[in-house]
Amino acid sequence: MSMLRIVNGRIYDPANGVDGEVRDVCVAGGKIVADVAPEARRLDASGLVIMPGGVDIHCHIAGAKVNLARKLQPEDHRHDVHPRTAITRSGVGGTVPSTFTTGYRYTLLGYTTAMEAAVPPINARHTLEELHDTPIIDKGFYVLMGNNVLLYKLLEQGRRDDFRNALAWWLSASKAYTAKLVNPGGDEAWKGRRNANITKLDEKIESFSLTPQQVIGALIEAVDELGLPHPAHIHCNNLGHSGNFETTLETMRIADGHRAHLTHIQFHSYGQVAGKSSNNPTSRAKEISEYVNSHPNISADVGQVMFGKSTSMTADAPLAYMLARFGGDKWVNADTEHESGCGILPFTYQDRIYTHALQWAIGLELFLLSKDPWRMVFSTDHPNGGSFMSYPRLIRLLMDSEFRKQEMAKVNPRALRQTALADGLDREYTLNEIAIITRAGPARLLGLASKGHLGIGADADITLYEEHEDKERMFGAPRHVIKDGQLVIEDHEFRAHHEGRVLHVAPDYDPAITEVIRPFFEDYYSIRFNNYAVDDSYLGRHERVPTAKQRATGT
Amino acid sequence: MSLTLTLHTQPEVPLEAEAIIPERFEGMSAARIAATRLLYGNRGAALGDFFHVEGQADGELRVAGDCARIKRLGSAMSRGRLVIEGNVGMHLGAAMSGGEILVEGDAGDWVGVEMLGGRIVVKGNAGHLVGSAIRGGRVGVRGGEIIVHGSAGNEIGSSMRRGLIAVGGDAGDFTGVNMLAGTVVVLGRLGWRTGAGMKRGSIISTNPAEMLPTFSFACAYRPVALRLVLTHLRGLGLPVSDEQIAGRYRRWSGDAVEMNRGEVLLPDR
Repeated sequence: MSMLRIVNGRIYDPANGVDGEVRDVCVAGGKIVADVAPEARRLDASGLVIMPGGVDIHCHIAGAKVNLARKLQPEDHRHDVHPRTAITRSGVGGTVPSTFTTGYRYTLLGYTTAMEAAVPPINARHTLEELHDTPIIDKGFYVLMGNNVLLYKLLEQGRRDDFRNALAWWLSASKAYTAKLVNPGGDEAWKGRRNANITKLDEKIESFSLTPQQVIGALIEAVDELGLPHPAHIHCNNLGHSGNFETTLETMRIADGHRAHLTHIQFHSYGQVAGKSSNNPTSRAKEISEYVNSHPNISADVGQVMFGKSTSMTADAPLAYMLARFGGDKWVNADTEHESGCGILPFTYQDRIYTHALQWAIGLELFLLSKDPWRMVFSTDHPNGGSFMSYPRLIRLLMDSEFRKQEMAKVNPRALRQTALADGLDREYTLNEIAIITRAGPARLLGLASKGHLGIGADADITLYEEHEDKERMFGAPRHVIKDGQLVIEDHEFRAHHEGRVLHVAPDYDPAITEVIRPFFEDYYSIRFNNYAVDDSYLGRHERVPTAKQRATGT
Repeated sequence: MSLTLTLHTQPEVPLEAEAIIPERFEGMSAARIAATRLLYGNRGAALGDFFHVEGQADGELRVAGDCARIKRLGSAMSRGRLVIEGNVGMHLGAAMSGGEILVEGDAGDWVGVEMLGGRIVVKGNAGHLVGSAIRGGRVGVRGGEIIVHGSAGNEIGSSMRRGLIAVGGDAGDFTGVNMLAGTVVVLGRLGWRTGAGMKRGSIISTNPAEMLPTFSFACAYRPVALRLVLTHLRGLGLPVSDEQIAGRYRRWSGDAVEMNRGEVLLPDR
């Protein structure tokens, strides 16, 4: 593989304490190295800002529900066609782009890793096939384990070892990256009975003598015991409901010192006006922010809402049903023989609408009140809060308080008054902090030792931006993007095709667990047990990220 | 002589001709017009590969020959007049906002899909989905007129919001399905499930039809608006009789699954 010496660039590599220094970066064999031979190609980066490639910790880019969202919205694709070039394949964009376009457009923003955040294990095969067709970026997925009937049964019977082994088996069988919890306890009930859902964490889950509290606690603990590189990835109960911040705080307390990642926490930071008939949400970003700031075992991504068109796609089917009734537009629910739920609908966030403006402001509050950028990282929950194509705009909102004020002037003032933004929260993120929340932080939270930084031995995933006053412009179109040492984008143009890797875990488990799982399959699944696990041929190029134990023992 | 494109080679697969609109050729030489790029199957082609170009652009563009395999003619045009002397393929006048299209022969499916304004006249028959929304879209025709002298297929005016669609002959099933507003007139017979899912708007026929059970009979009367609409259509050359203009109509309200604010008017006899 080619060697490269990047000279004269200003480097932002927060993981290695480099904050805007001008120095050389050397690349050989797809990795960052200390030095390269003098004949290595030199890339002049004068006037350019160099950062590690972006890492998206939470997005929805591949699998059955993403594909359903594409099928649901042909109108979204018609006006955003991505034609074939000599190097890139054709596709369509919109809020839910086709697979190839997803890979290209992430790369065009300087992102080189993205994690699909919600896949029912039975759809792992489909997801891997789509990830295989998502070029350039490295990718992986989180498997939905929070509404799993067999796991519930094992937990109910107090079989904690079997529970952990079954979880490990499922992670390995689906080639996932970590366990995802979505509305634990609520989805299965909803599938059986209209409008059934769980609203309190100590409520009994229908048909089980269990509470969401027990499920959340057990999964957080089991993931930690397995030593997965990324902790349990939690979409809390009561997403989007007024007053849900208490559920969120309670969920974080359940972690009790264990690592836990709370995703799109903006959607879970809502208060309620006491004693009022109005059910309008209020902001509780301050309480949530304080809790996260003071608990180093907790991390979160924001899930910022951006005005404009989005697609709501979630394993939280009761939520999708609620949203669909607001808008009256089409929606789809697809959860037959899923170990989870699934609801999808087109959605438009409007700056004049109280709730939408409040959601927008709460996201910004969470960013601006965060004291540790390593643990409150960047996301829009693409495409739920907004497309990943809006990332540059969000970066500008964080870096440019003047621009933020302009935008604040356009939104519903009644909503804004509720939030800390109205008190003149004028913090501006620095380039170093942006590098943390968009790459170094997510990589660290994901336990990806060779990503999110530019130290010796790191993957040579590098983005070179042109410095510009307008940060939206700067982050919207990097000049060069290097993936695994290859200049895939040079002078804003695709120069090479590249296939990224699938990142997955394979935690060790007691093989006897299959004899616990098999009878359950024979009783309830329409797919045979032996056909269920995804075999290695679906991985293509891949990288098994070791668990703590595997790393320690070198296996 | 106005600018005339005469088909000399029949395309084997559909030719996508959204570039063929009168305003585009204003002030262009015949050679430049012949060099206009079109999409042929999944490859590019030049207009001259299929058409002879004669005459001068004077606001009127004439297209001669059997264009049944030529799609998207007149797409997004905003002014001028496009005359198609034979048949024409799908998506004629898609999203056009002004000007006039006249088809002497038959038109394919999706005539005037999502159009905004202007007028399309088809002397022969038209296919399905005249004046509808493209699949997935919420709104079809937002303005303008589509006049079909012959018959048309299914789902005429689906999701239309405004404007007038008139069919001289028979219509297929699901006329005005999911209509938001606007007017559809069928002088021949309606097919099944007329107005299914319509929110508002008027569907008018001069022949009796079977209504969905979610439509309820309101009254029989002589609507003034109907007289104006039918007189206008007679002026455009559709065969409207005095009896039809002066007659009583039965008003059916529906669709009840969508608040009952639309209407279907059928002759009272």
